[in-house]
Amino acid sequence: MTNVSEQNAFLELINSKLGHYIVASSVDKGDLALRINRESVLDFFNLLKLDSQLQFNLFLSVTVVDWMDAGEERFEVVYHLLSTQSKTRLRVKVWVPEQDCKIASVSKVWAGAGFMEREAWDMYGVVFEGHDDLRRILMYDEFVGYPLRKDYPVQAKQPRIQLRAPEVSNTALNMKRDNLVKITKKSHLEENSRKVA
Amino acid sequence: MSKKNLLNVDYGVGGVTTHMRPRELGDDLHSETMIVNLGPAHPATHGTARIVAELSGEKIVDADVEVGYLHRGFEKMCETVDYNQVMPYADRLNYVSPIINNVGWCLTIEKLLEVEVPKRCQYIRVIMSEISRITDHLTCLGASAMELGAFTVMLYMIQARELLWELIEEVTGARLTISYGRVGGLKADLPDGFGPKLLKAFDETKKFLDDCDRLLTRNRIFIERMCDVGVVTRDEAISYSLTGPVGRASGFNYDVRKAFPYSSYEDFDFEVPLGTKGDNYDRFLVRYNEIFESIKICEQALAKLPDGPIAIDDPHIVLVPKDEVYNSIDGMINHFEMVMYGIKPPKGDVYMPVEGGTGELGFYVISDGTGNPYKVHVRAPSFIHMGVMKKMLVGQSMADVVPIFGMINMIGGECDR
Repeated sequence: MTNVSEQNAFLELINSKLGHYIVASSVDKGDLALRINRESVLDFFNLLKLDSQLQFNLFLSVTVVDWMDAGEERFEVVYHLLSTQSKTRLRVKVWVPEQDCKIASVSKVWAGAGFMEREAWDMYGVVFEGHDDLRRILMYDEFVGYPLRKDYPVQAKQPRIQLRAPEVSNTALNMKRDNLVKITKKSHLEENSRKVA
Repeated sequence: MSKKNLLNVDYGVGGVTTHMRPRELGDDLHSETMIVNLGPAHPATHGTARIVAELSGEKIVDADVEVGYLHRGFEKMCETVDYNQVMPYADRLNYVSPIINNVGWCLTIEKLLEVEVPKRCQYIRVIMSEISRITDHLTCLGASAMELGAFTVMLYMIQARELLWELIEEVTGARLTISYGRVGGLKADLPDGFGPKLLKAFDETKKFLDDCDRLLTRNRIFIERMCDVGVVTRDEAISYSLTGPVGRASGFNYDVRKAFPYSSYEDFDFEVPLGTKGDNYDRFLVRYNEIFESIKICEQALAKLPDGPIAIDDPHIVLVPKDEVYNSIDGMINHFEMVMYGIKPPKGDVYMPVEGGTGELGFYVISDGTGNPYKVHVRAPSFIHMGVMKKMLVGQSMADVVPIFGMINMIGGECDR
């Protein structure tokens, strides 16, 4: 669906059905975008998927944007969905504050979301509640901090990790991680590596 | 009552009686499961991925897939460079079909700038993308066939790929990391005599493919190894967000080129091969047939290739021609502005997908109005397809790990970014 009037009509349809969840909506450069509240994520996505006229059946991606200077609500979780029935893409944005960095997981709604949420958690430290396998995925278990946050320096280096024992259980993880540390000094790094060991 | 108590029970007749029971199957068998670690540097893992499989006999009862060994921080690096400097990084995503990544990135930024490139540029992008798709599929099929013992097929397919890579080298100057795209245009036009050479290369490729077809498609060993292995139904494919050849093999009719035509794909007549069962054999057939569809698109694009410029005429997006730089003050200023500050798109965010070799390759870019992107996210199909790997493996035998992994066609650079 590329026609602007068609897109507006579709946005109207979503608004008429699920308007009570939606905080804001727009059509910009051919992309449909919505903003919803953090509390209604699970209900909203369930309805988007199940509604016979909307049918957003394909979960395209989830990522996080770090608006470091935005104040209390620092993170913005961005979902992309596709409805193959009406050939429409939809972008859904949700604010997540830094102090309470959590959002409901949609991995029970779309099985494919599980892997992508793991990545978003790994890179930004936003916890997806209700995810049954939230582990580091691109980084390794011993990594300290969240690399795609804006306060993680590009040139930061972390120490080599100890050789792991070969058991599988070792790849499973301990979800209780320390909060993000600002890695600026070498001494800090060593301290962290000791903590990990 | 536990087993131990059953064996030694006092039945009140004096002493301890041993309770007898009939022997059951499996009493003497070694019934513990075994854990086997594959990778991250197993020769049959095309990229560096690690699969930890829990085996009961030869059957996989549980599996864990680990990716990330090739993580180089693509998204972080993109935030530090300007829009055109991302091009070499984009090459290194899917390094088997780098032009598609280049085209995807260019289209994303062009969507952000709300400009459209000239028709000739769009057609050349289509031709180069389709050649890349063919090389991608040839590599995937050749390597997978080799792992099942068909070494000849691999040599034929690599030979065919070599013919095409030579042409890519002629156009772009490099074989793999080509950096051919530019925001608002291309690095260079096609060289003289490119069309006839491409058609000749296609003729030879078709011959190689016919040979491979005769070696594989009705080969009993190949069929028995591929059929009903790693089955994903259509509903599962949609639920796991599978796109590209893997999704289409499961019967999920979704191709970005058809559903959301970009770069003039609507001008060409081609078909989208669909599988019925969603097993490895379907994935093989879908890729095999897509090669012929790509050849069809290239032939049509070459026949209809319009004349005209290959870049838009806007000094704030594309570098001005050199004679203007040296002979006019405006040209000189524009040149320096472009080199020093780069393109400055307006504030906003866009998502733009293209049909990559492995599936829907999407870029999500946020601009804050400066010369560097504020955020870049890549929807990498290989990464998402690795999510279904566990489901495919459980219930299969150990020997099926390699063909399943090969047919998912995980490309390390794209998967781990």
